[in-house]
Amino acid sequence: MAVTVLLFASWADALGSRLTLDLPPDARVRDVLRTLDERAGGAGLPTPMVAVNQRYARPDTPVRESDEIAIIPPVAGG
Amino acid sequence: MRTAIVDRVLDPTALLAEVASPDSGASTLFVGTVRRLHEGREVTGIDYSAYRPMAERELADVVAEACERYGTAHLVVEHRLGTLGLGEASIVIAVSHARRASAMGAQKFVIEQVKARVPIWKREHYADGSREWVDPTRAAVSDADAAGIP
Repeated sequence: MAVTVLLFASWADALGSRLTLDLPPDARVRDVLRTLDERAGGAGLPTPMVAVNQRYARPDTPVRESDEIAIIPPVAGG
Repeated sequence: MRTAIVDRVLDPTALLAEVASPDSGASTLFVGTVRRLHEGREVTGIDYSAYRPMAERELADVVAEACERYGTAHLVVEHRLGTLGLGEASIVIAVSHARRASAMGAQKFVIEQVKARVPIWKREHYADGSREWVDPTRAAVSDADAAGIP
């Protein structure tokens, strides 16, 4: 399935602000991260959190084609 | 209770007036500003950016949690995005409460939760022309360390 991923801050600089990944139908958040890590190829990016439909997700959270998936590098608001 | 993520200059005194209430015995105002030095490097400005729809929701959730935990409805937060110069305000938190300890507690809760979970990022501009994303998980000295808080 094709899954759209939004990226921010350092991850957007490295890979662009929007990517489409081809993932197996039973993919989970950890599969998204593994695929992106392979694309980033040791760029030294900080470990991100992942949001699914604008909520923080866990590595075992399933992802679907219609989900809005976002890569959230360490936040620095305030 | 109100939150906003905005692209304009913040007005701290307007927020302080907004939370004023005859039932309150204390008001607190927190203003986060752009600081010249970060880990020994000279900063000239900061770009703030966000995953805006999620940041708006997380900020609203943080403030709703603070209002429930500390028992007040008089809490307003605005966070600014865009490019800010030295001394400019990036966040304003105004709280009023019947009791000062609760007003101060709610304010501390909000700033700490914002820094931990609201998807906003800053890229600092340095005097040497370089720019870098701030990663608090790598910071050598956090504010908590600087204050001697364990």
